[in-house]
Amino acid sequence: MSVATLLLLADGRFPAGGHAHSGGVEAAVRAGRVQDAASLEEFCRSRLHTAGLTSAALASAAAAGHDPLALDEAADARTPSPALRRTARRLGRQLMRAARATWPDPELDALAAARPKGAHQPVVLGLVARSAGLGPLEAAHAAAYESVGGAATAAVRLLGLDPLDATAVLARLAAETDEVARQAEAASSKAVEDLPAASAPLLEITAEQHATWSVRLFAS
Amino acid sequence: MHLDHTDTIHPERHSASAARPDGSRRALRVGLGGPVGSGKTATVAALCRTLRDRLSLAVVTNDIYTREDAAFLLREAVLPPERITAVETGACPHTAIRDDISANLEAVEDLEEDIGPLDVVLVESGGDNLTATFSKGLVDVQIFVIDVAGGDDIPRKGGPGVTTADLLVVNKTDLAPYVGSDLAGMARDAQEQRGELPVLFQSLRGEPGVGPVADWVREQLSAWTATAVLPA
Ligand SMILES: Nc1nc2c(ncn2[C@@H]2O[C@H](COP(=O)(O)OP(=O)(O)OP(=O)(O)O)[C@@H](O)[C@H]2O)c(=O)[nH]1
Ligand SMILES: [Mg+2]
Repeated sequence: MSVATLLLLADGRFPAGGHAHSGGVEAAVRAGRVQDAASLEEFCRSRLHTAGLTSAALASAAAAGHDPLALDEAADARTPSPALRRTARRLGRQLMRAARATWPDPELDALAAARPKGAHQPVVLGLVARSAGLGPLEAAHAAAYESVGGAATAAVRLLGLDPLDATAVLARLAAETDEVARQAEAASSKAVEDLPAASAPLLEITAEQHATWSVRLFAS
Repeated sequence: MHLDHTDTIHPERHSASAARPDGSRRALRVGLGGPVGSGKTATVAALCRTLRDRLSLAVVTNDIYTREDAAFLLREAVLPPERITAVETGACPHTAIRDDISANLEAVEDLEEDIGPLDVVLVESGGDNLTATFSKGLVDVQIFVIDVAGGDDIPRKGGPGVTTADLLVVNKTDLAPYVGSDLAGMARDAQEQRGELPVLFQSLRGEPGVGPVADWVREQLSAWTATAVLPA
């Protein structure tokens, strides 16, 4: 396992489209639920233990060699909001493009051919990790970290939050992020239907509302 | 022109390849960037009206926080709605056209897949600053649009857009008398910054209209179809 490869995959600058998405923070900011570093931390913690855990388990299972198409269906089942499904597939497709150029692999080509409009991003992320020579735990780490990293960056842009404060939030969440990755990896050998399905209903509801706004900074 | 990327050199190239999946040549991709309000959307609209009878066109807009540009083009009916796509950029237009072009590439490719073969896809960047330029992985040629009312010292200041764009358009020349802009000075400064690269002065409120820029696009398209290398 190459640590540098994991860092590359988890880097927010990896060109896979994440910069245009807020992970629900934009809607939370508008509703007044996220307004400073403390409320951002609570938001990120909730996201980590719900959507983050679910994504990390899907990614981990894909990296472990589970059938990606079965995992893609499992991801659909775990994503009630059509807006979030669209977002997940769009980001999955963008990640697939970047990954096929960086870590070419027939397994990626096969999933891209089976899901030309994109598979769910966490499933793609897991398969990409596998193609890059990373294991199920590393895939879970990348997914868990991403579930909070993008949200913190978006909060900086939306609130004019001090970037040092936002980064400190991520640092304080580091141990929990690792723990969620370990839980996800532990669950990843289970049958697909038994993978974690922790959901955050408010993220689903506000994603639907956000998708109807005519003025917004982020695509989701 | 950046016509030198062939799949023999970059077998895993997933952005700039000249070939579509079925082996046919893809459309020429033209980027339009420049400061806020300089006339990018107006130029796109005028180009569509001028070129649409002869060429198969599509447009991708990158609005910063609305879908105004796409909505304007739809309202003006410059092209049928299925030929216009809006990309959302997460508050950073230059990121979406330069550092992480994945959403724009999807939009361009989807248009070509859904509509069939296209001749030209125009990609308008959200209005940004003088350093915003397009990635060569996204567009083949780029036009930087400034206007005479945004300060006649902009060509002198240079910057990546003014200096390196394949075409510099100085728009709204009709306003020059009202804002006291020195067009001859702008032309001199632009040439100093750009050397041999072309500069066109344009007013969409009268003569010469978009004609010269449309001619330039046609020339680029001829060059593209003549030289873009398809993999064997
Ligand atoms: N007088 C004059 N006005 C023009 C000309 N071209 C465009 N405009 C006007 O300038 C304003 C801005 O034009 P747009 O085409 O929306 O500018 P833009 O560069 O697309 O702006 P953003 O996308 O917001 O960055 C509009 O009111 C246009 O009608 C011109 O040649 N002369
Ligand atoms: Mg515009």
